[in-house]
Amino acid sequence: MSGPLLTVEGLSRSFGSLVVLAGLDLAVEAGGIHAIIGPNGAGKTTFFNLVTGALDAGSGRIRFDGVDIAHLPSYRRTAMGMCRTFQNIRLFGSMTVLENVLLGLHCRTRGGLLAPLLETPFRRSPSEAAARSRAVEVLEMVGLAARADQAAVELPYGEQRRLEIARALASGPRLLLLDEPSAGMNPQETLELETLIEHVNQLDVTILLIEHKMSLVMKLSRIVTVLNFGQKIAEGPPERVQRDPRVIEAYLG
Amino acid sequence: MLSDHAVSILIFAGIDVIMALSFYLPASAGQLSAGQGGFMALGAYTAAYLTVNHQVPFPLALAAGGLVGGLVGLAVGFPALRLRGLYLVLVTFGFGEMVRVLFLNLPAFGGPAGFAGIPPATTIWHVLGLLVLLAYFFTRLAGSRMGRAFAALRDDEAAAEAMGVNSTYVKLTAFAAGGVIAGLGGALYAHYTLFIDPEAFGVGRSLFVMLYAVFGGLASFWGAVAGATILSILPELLRWVKDWREILYGLLVLVMMLVRPQGLLDAALLARLSPRGERAAAHG
Repeated sequence: MSGPLLTVEGLSRSFGSLVVLAGLDLAVEAGGIHAIIGPNGAGKTTFFNLVTGALDAGSGRIRFDGVDIAHLPSYRRTAMGMCRTFQNIRLFGSMTVLENVLLGLHCRTRGGLLAPLLETPFRRSPSEAAARSRAVEVLEMVGLAARADQAAVELPYGEQRRLEIARALASGPRLLLLDEPSAGMNPQETLELETLIEHVNQLDVTILLIEHKMSLVMKLSRIVTVLNFGQKIAEGPPERVQRDPRVIEAYLG
Repeated sequence: MLSDHAVSILIFAGIDVIMALSFYLPASAGQLSAGQGGFMALGAYTAAYLTVNHQVPFPLALAAGGLVGGLVGLAVGFPALRLRGLYLVLVTFGFGEMVRVLFLNLPAFGGPAGFAGIPPATTIWHVLGLLVLLAYFFTRLAGSRMGRAFAALRDDEAAAEAMGVNSTYVKLTAFAAGGVIAGLGGALYAHYTLFIDPEAFGVGRSLFVMLYAVFGGLASFWGAVAGATILSILPELLRWVKDWREILYGLLVLVMMLVRPQGLLDAALLARLSPRGERAAAHG
């Protein structure tokens, strides 16, 4: 439970002439809950996109568990044990709740195009059956088991966010990246989310969290990194970061 | 017993269904192909060449037609990896035209005069047999790991990648499998018409194949089945209007697409028709 699980060094990215990340160094210790905060446009989501491979890194190193992953496609990074949720919910719209979670199990299961032909109509293959029971387990953990056969997009907003977490958890991550998981949630839902994140963390999943709700950040995280204009302006335990004059200035100024 | 004419209508309708399914498979992974006629041509010419010039038994020639369709499907899949939507449609359209012109210029395959003397081999049972196999395959695919990966890619490619789906592999698989099905369709077609020429597999064919699947609805493979069956039998039912037949056909397609732009069998209708329908419909 010690040593960095994720390290980035000199990570930079620009879009045209706009520099979104400028030489960011960051280390995420294994086992903890690490929050990234900062004003809009500070580069938080871009950082997630670079770490997970949704965007190609401009320059810099990204190491996951000691391995340089900067040039791996995102599905390979997921297979190595990291998975994310999205700021704007991106569930698979044509699928049920259960199917969304089953998709998360894609990289932990086998079976090609012709595999279903080898099953009998009355018995699923052992791997599909195992995947389904695992998916139900994950849904139970996030409290959505009763919704399994509903269309994912029909869930209320807060439950869609929880389903995104379930889908990511199904991929068996050691590092879970949550991009504003409480956005749009009411206080009750936020409270449930808090419990869920703590529970997941206790299952030995390191959590990297982008979040705007300060109450949530203060309560959950051991380390907070503050970004502004693509640079780290402060880092440390939440209570110390909160008093940092540069942070106060970034938020107020 | 059915008359020869009725059997012939059924065989052509069955081949149209096979072709519509060859379009549906990559489409279910978000890959729209306007070149299925090209794969059909490859299957038809390959199988016909083998039975005519090398007296290869029909089942083997059929398999070879599917194999060539699949291999070329794989090859077409590569340039298609970086393309989406309309651009992919245009590239696959270009592929279909390339195949047509290729066979126009190959004397060994008859060139523009066509390839004749193909032994009669395709029966209604071959067509139905393949359809039953395909129906079984597509039914099973829907609830399988690969079937979900297709749907995920169609719904949101970036999210699918982020969840661990190797989109390159999945797309190539979808293209190749679509090529196999179209190749089989072409081989069956050649051994029923007994004469093939490149024009039979041109852009018109590719577009009709696309129309069948879209008309029926892309929410399930049943859409392609329904669309191709209805639209290929419809001209027979419209014989009484004589010269106005094609205009009426076009009009009916137009009206239908205006009334149900998502196709004949959309998700809501499928939910009502399925065994679990009541529960699903209650949420819809």
